[in-house]
Amino acid sequence: MAKKISILIVDDEESVRDSLYNWFIEDGFRVECAENAKRALTILESDQFDIILADIKMPGMDGLEMLRRIKSIKADSIVIVMTAFATVDTAVKALKDGAYDYVTKPFDPDDLTHLIRNATKQISLVEENETLKQKVTSLENVEDLIGKSEAMKGVLRQVESVAQTSSSVIITGESGTGKELVARAIHANSPRKFFPFVSVHCGALTESLLESELFGHEKGAFTGAMYNRKGRFEMADSGTIFLDEIATISTKMQVELLRVLESKTFMRVGGNKEISSDFRVVCATNKDLKSMVEKGTFREDLFYRLNVVNIQIPPLRERKDDIPLLVDYFINKYCTSMNKPPASIDTASLNRIQEFNFPGNIRELENMVERAIVVGNGRRITLKDLPLEKTFVSNTAESLDDFEKAFILQILNKYEWNISRTARALKVDRVTLYNKIKKYDLKLADQ
Amino acid sequence: MNLQAITLVSFGYFEKDILEETAKAVMEEYHCKVNMENGHLDLSEFYDSARRQYNGNLLLKQVDSMLFTESDKIIGIFNVDLFIPILTFIFGQAFLHGKTGIASLYRLNNERYGLASNEKLFRERTKKEVIHELGHTLGLIHCLNPTCVMRSSTYVADIDQKSQHLCRKCRSELQF
Repeated sequence: MAKKISILIVDDEESVRDSLYNWFIEDGFRVECAENAKRALTILESDQFDIILADIKMPGMDGLEMLRRIKSIKADSIVIVMTAFATVDTAVKALKDGAYDYVTKPFDPDDLTHLIRNATKQISLVEENETLKQKVTSLENVEDLIGKSEAMKGVLRQVESVAQTSSSVIITGESGTGKELVARAIHANSPRKFFPFVSVHCGALTESLLESELFGHEKGAFTGAMYNRKGRFEMADSGTIFLDEIATISTKMQVELLRVLESKTFMRVGGNKEISSDFRVVCATNKDLKSMVEKGTFREDLFYRLNVVNIQIPPLRERKDDIPLLVDYFINKYCTSMNKPPASIDTASLNRIQEFNFPGNIRELENMVERAIVVGNGRRITLKDLPLEKTFVSNTAESLDDFEKAFILQILNKYEWNISRTARALKVDRVTLYNKIKKYDLKLADQ
Repeated sequence: MNLQAITLVSFGYFEKDILEETAKAVMEEYHCKVNMENGHLDLSEFYDSARRQYNGNLLLKQVDSMLFTESDKIIGIFNVDLFIPILTFIFGQAFLHGKTGIASLYRLNNERYGLASNEKLFRERTKKEVIHELGHTLGLIHCLNPTCVMRSSTYVADIDQKSQHLCRKCRSELQF
């Protein structure tokens, strides 16, 4: 059901208030009246109105002063001012102070109907805009960052606090931990959320291509540059630019990037006009940039420019508590996208998944669940649907001895080289295990 | 809704058959007895010389305070140009959920707009206006249905667009 529009009538003449009251009541609006500006402001303290229809000339505080006060309380209020003596000056003044419209008393019934209809349309557009904004936000909020572990809660807290600023951020973490999702969450929760999020995968582009991608180019700048093209920095104006695999960029590009980050201005390739853009930089890498700085392969000044805030995403093996949540999330995601009924996973499979180390992190887990839903019976994921067994013996085992060595090493690693627990798990005695360790020359460093 | 009687009170001179035709249409629409009476008022008290029109607010209050044959609803019918302080003119008005409404035939005539006289159209407009104001006294607000008699009309052309009947939604609100 449509929302009932509310109107506050402010006029010192009782007959005007009564007339408007009766007119609007017959149109089904919620109507209140105030005999002066002071009373109107008191009413507005405890109640909200969509439209305020106010006389300009009133004893005490006049309509224009009231308009200014209402606007200072609620800037998007729709205030229509009325007067019996219209002058261009007062009309312009009222409109400059934020009045929605200006009418001269008495007005034609049709004009009043149109005025209110337009104001109502404006209200519904503003509300629709708000709803759509909320929908857009919900598409890119942190719901995709799954996890209740302390490590993940820490990441979410950092995202929340850093999002409100415009500081540069470096997100570090192993491949597949969700660095881009964190970058998107930072953008989606920042004041820049209604502007573009521009993602650049630096590792996928050669130096010259990256330069053209980031800065854009002018027509004829190089062979094949048929048209002028905006660069990613330009596209990210007022928004966020996400530079993935930042560690892979060349020394020359590091210098260029540093200059752009410091001045927020650049020139297109082949251009001579300076372009300025207000962007926020979020970078990601799975490399240790600090050690690259020490080795001299990454510029120290760029590192410090980018590393204002560092968010470290823990690998999945360090937050195994999140695995059941992630599995549920991916099951729902893929069952929905494949139009399958909601599936579940049996306890044995979930336990086995939790024992796995996931070198490919969440991306590997996601692929594993997707595959299980594709190959499984669609109702319940069981051990046979999971590729874990294959991975387990896939350690290039070409002989039984190779397999035994790899298997023992894996169990040893799992129990952190606790011989008693490993022996119990392998169902052999400690002496046998020691003999096997000696036979295969297994060492802690072999992991 | 169980209406016993409606009274149409004419203030001024009207052709008898117009009022009878209107009373019949009201009876058919609201399924109740319709009385017709002549009202007596000194309209000069309600005349605004600056606007050369009659104050609809004051007239409505006056009719509401007068005593007529026992009935549930009363519509005062006038042949003068009505206004309310904020608007240039009105065709009529009523107390929402109240007992009384007023309607003026002054602006319903084609000749008022420089057009050829059309008696049939005039009578239809009269019926629609009276049924419309009665709807307000019964608690109906303006309806968005383009053919419903409760559709808001700010010009005579708008009155011509709608029918003289309540739409299904408005009828169901009245629980007829």
